[in-house]
Amino acid sequence: MEIVDKLLNHSRLALSKAITAVENEYDDAVKIMTEIYPHTGNAYVIGITGPPGAGKSTLTDKLAKEYRKRGKTVGIVAIDPTSPYSGGAILGDRIRMMDLMADEGIFVRSMATRGSLGGLSQKAGDAVKLMDAYGMDVIIIETVGVGQSEVDIVKTADTTMVVVIPGMGDDIQAIKAGILEIGDLFTINKADREGTDKLNIEIEMMLELNPEHVGWRPPINRTIASKGEGIEAVVDSIEAHKAYLIDSGKLNDIRKKRIKNEVEAMLNDRVNRYIDKEVIQTQEFDDLVVKMQSREIEPYSVVDDIVGKVLK
Amino acid sequence: MAFEEIKAGLAKYTADVEAKLVKNPERANLVPNRLYTPIDLGENFDYMTKLGFPGEYPYTRGVQPTMYRGRFWTMRMYAGFSTAEESNKRYRYLLANGGSGLSCAFDLPTQIGYDSTDPMAEGEVGKVGVAIDSLADMEILFDQISLDKVSTSMTINAPASVLLAMYIAVAEKQGVSADKLRGTIQNDILKEYAARGTYIFPPKPSMRLITNIFEYCSKNVPLWNTISISGYHIREAGSTASQEIAFTIADGIAYVEAAIKAGLDVDAFAGRLSFFWNAHNNVLEEVAKFRASRRVWSKVMKERFGAKKAKSMMLRVHTQTAGSMLTAQQPNNNIVRVALQTAAAVMGGTQSLHTNSKDEALALPTTESVTIALRTQQIVAYESGLADTVDPLGGSYYVEALTDKIEKEAWEYIEKIDEIGGAPEAIAKGYIQKEIQDSAYKWQMEIEKGDRIIVGVNKFTQEEEPPKNLLRVDGSVGKLQAEKIAALKARRDNAAVEAALKALEAGCADESVNLMPLILDAVRAYATEGEICGVMRKVFGEYQPHTTL
Amino acid sequence: MANIKVLVAKPGLDGHDRGAKVVARALRDAGFEVIYTGIRLTPEQIAEAALQDDVQVVALSLLSGAHNTLFPKVVELLKEKGLNDVLVIGGGVIPDADIPGLKAAGIAEVFTPGTPTSKIVECINANVK
Repeated sequence: MEIVDKLLNHSRLALSKAITAVENEYDDAVKIMTEIYPHTGNAYVIGITGPPGAGKSTLTDKLAKEYRKRGKTVGIVAIDPTSPYSGGAILGDRIRMMDLMADEGIFVRSMATRGSLGGLSQKAGDAVKLMDAYGMDVIIIETVGVGQSEVDIVKTADTTMVVVIPGMGDDIQAIKAGILEIGDLFTINKADREGTDKLNIEIEMMLELNPEHVGWRPPINRTIASKGEGIEAVVDSIEAHKAYLIDSGKLNDIRKKRIKNEVEAMLNDRVNRYIDKEVIQTQEFDDLVVKMQSREIEPYSVVDDIVGKVLK
Repeated sequence: MAFEEIKAGLAKYTADVEAKLVKNPERANLVPNRLYTPIDLGENFDYMTKLGFPGEYPYTRGVQPTMYRGRFWTMRMYAGFSTAEESNKRYRYLLANGGSGLSCAFDLPTQIGYDSTDPMAEGEVGKVGVAIDSLADMEILFDQISLDKVSTSMTINAPASVLLAMYIAVAEKQGVSADKLRGTIQNDILKEYAARGTYIFPPKPSMRLITNIFEYCSKNVPLWNTISISGYHIREAGSTASQEIAFTIADGIAYVEAAIKAGLDVDAFAGRLSFFWNAHNNVLEEVAKFRASRRVWSKVMKERFGAKKAKSMMLRVHTQTAGSMLTAQQPNNNIVRVALQTAAAVMGGTQSLHTNSKDEALALPTTESVTIALRTQQIVAYESGLADTVDPLGGSYYVEALTDKIEKEAWEYIEKIDEIGGAPEAIAKGYIQKEIQDSAYKWQMEIEKGDRIIVGVNKFTQEEEPPKNLLRVDGSVGKLQAEKIAALKARRDNAAVEAALKALEAGCADESVNLMPLILDAVRAYATEGEICGVMRKVFGEYQPHTTL
Repeated sequence: MANIKVLVAKPGLDGHDRGAKVVARALRDAGFEVIYTGIRLTPEQIAEAALQDDVQVVALSLLSGAHNTLFPKVVELLKEKGLNDVLVIGGGVIPDADIPGLKAAGIAEVFTPGTPTSKIVECINANVK
């Protein structure tokens, strides 16, 4: 495909249009992804998550600059929520990255959740692959919050960083459970604020209680991203984690698992869409529902019937 | 009359009116109460604590004992465009026609510390104000204007120290010593971060520059107003009247704190702080806003900062009519709007006033429209009678109740900002910006729904011919300024410039140094504004805005 | 699911962002995906952001009078980057006399003070498929 050839030849326009094709599920999206797949697997992927207001996009901006300083090219996929009321969205990350716009070694793409966080993780994953094929060394994927769906998105990363800030009160309790397992490193941003030491201790304690971290103890870094303070140490930690994953052979395992998860998700998605189209959205199914409601038939044998037909 | 009697009367009046509301309905969307009576002021309304006398604490009725019976406010028209030569002509025209002070509008490159030749200046040179690149331009700008005779206000913030230094240097050449200079620099960086956008440096070095100016002027330019803490632009960005004074007074608190922290005595500088309000469309609300702001500030200075001198507690204010309320549609209507806004500012007790011209929603004003705007002030001053007694609306039940209400809302915001950690922190968190944006969005939606009527815009509209005779600043100004800079660099002593800039750079790196004398040296050596700000940018870095939607 | 993406940007040095922010919010509430880029941007930054987010619309706001220089420059750079079908619209303090020139330079529509945001929404819906 022409667009793929151009993308592999470092056309930024082709990269952008390819991401649009994936995002909007254009007809040629699958073909694009099929053709670029052999060219992926080279980039190192970093996931950043944390509660709203933690300063993730400022931090992402600074990390990108630090990587540029270290000679790496950087792709960024930034995700913002779609308003449930209007279906519109404010994609706010770009604003902090406008001074990166003159840099050829950076490509930032904002994506709205569009009401389907589940499908989004695949789209975001595809956007990462496209940037990977384009030749970005490092790709940062940044999400909006700390819910399960965001966790799914950052799972596509090699290294996951959780950003928190002091003074969030009980909010930290609410997010503890979700973020504990996924954080390969923690960053306390806005660390000039009161409560930083306390938060640090809290995270330490959570990590103590978690038996999962064998061989790698997640470091806790402190940053003041708005002033650029502490950024180098964060990148050093990411690089240390990367070295650990390579040396221990875990990078291989993670990526194998990721492919498995991706294919599983794609299969589920395909099957769901098929069932939706061929079964749920049919008159026949509506009729069955009416019969179930009047208790003429019961749902268990209906499901058996349908599965028998669909998955023969 | 006893309070109880009024209460009973009001109850009867209300019942009578409401019984007839079905037959005689009132208009929708009315914000004030139907009627104000002594009850709205409360039974224990204490004249002396709430109002007092003009020129006395808490200054509700005005900062001078006789207000305009002695001398009218300063009629100060904001002007400046194109080159220094063109603007100098406009200044001399305004002074010859009864303007009593100057107010310099600088173009955006000047306001943001870029020379006209900087790539960032492309398209902007001479557009919203006059282009000043060096002392050479400033000399032309004030040619044949004696700086000991005129007071000059300069809308300059991030590079305020540089432009003030240029003004002092021009005075030196005219043989006028700095202690004779009267005027104001805006010098209010916090509202640039929050609402206006012409910031350069991060907050810390910016606050240092401001306190350096306070200190330098208290010793060398004692009649100069070192800051004009501005609500005008906060209002233009969409805030309400209460937000305008609350956010601005919160900024004022931050400046006073910074100066005290820098070791200055509050009474040594507070008398030179001045304010800048917007005169908006709702006449009585605006009058109340002016009165409330004086009461809040005097209390802040006396109780929070322990000021002793009366001057330190007075909120002296310059006012500009609301530019954002001018309409591009049926522009002649703007003359009427400006006249009402002028009346509000005068009844509010302003110390100086700029009136906008009718064509400013379309372009910079022509000489003819500026003349009408100036004449508007003169008509209000000489013909309307509004200036003949002090605080003419004092004692109006409605205005007093509204003054109380705005004061209360302002205190609530100030407390909230205190909780966040002060105005700089509230701005860093985007709190103030968000509050302003929410109000702006609400205002716009009210207009679009028809809940708020703007004559000629969403009601009483008509087809009209595009207006003629707008002022155009042609694109050649940039080229002209470039030639001037090239010629200047060829004739000045470049070694002296380099030495001065080096000294400035070293000074920037040492926080204990007052930068004003070093900037003055660089200016005297004809370093350009871009060169001076470039050195400061190098040491201080640049501000990264916090933008929320 | 092809939502319309709009970049709202302020080229030049003008910091008056009341209008741009009100428009950005109104467009969001009308169901568009809005990328707001902040103030004090070069035309190059704006065009590059438009490219990376593959927007269908670039909405420019400027009150300083530099529109005749900066708006056409954005259009030029978009074309240079191969973005030929982006709808570019502009608003601000723009005299009527300048509008034909801006339209000739590729600015599809110019909105002057007093325009309701619904007009901008209509314009985008009418011109973007």
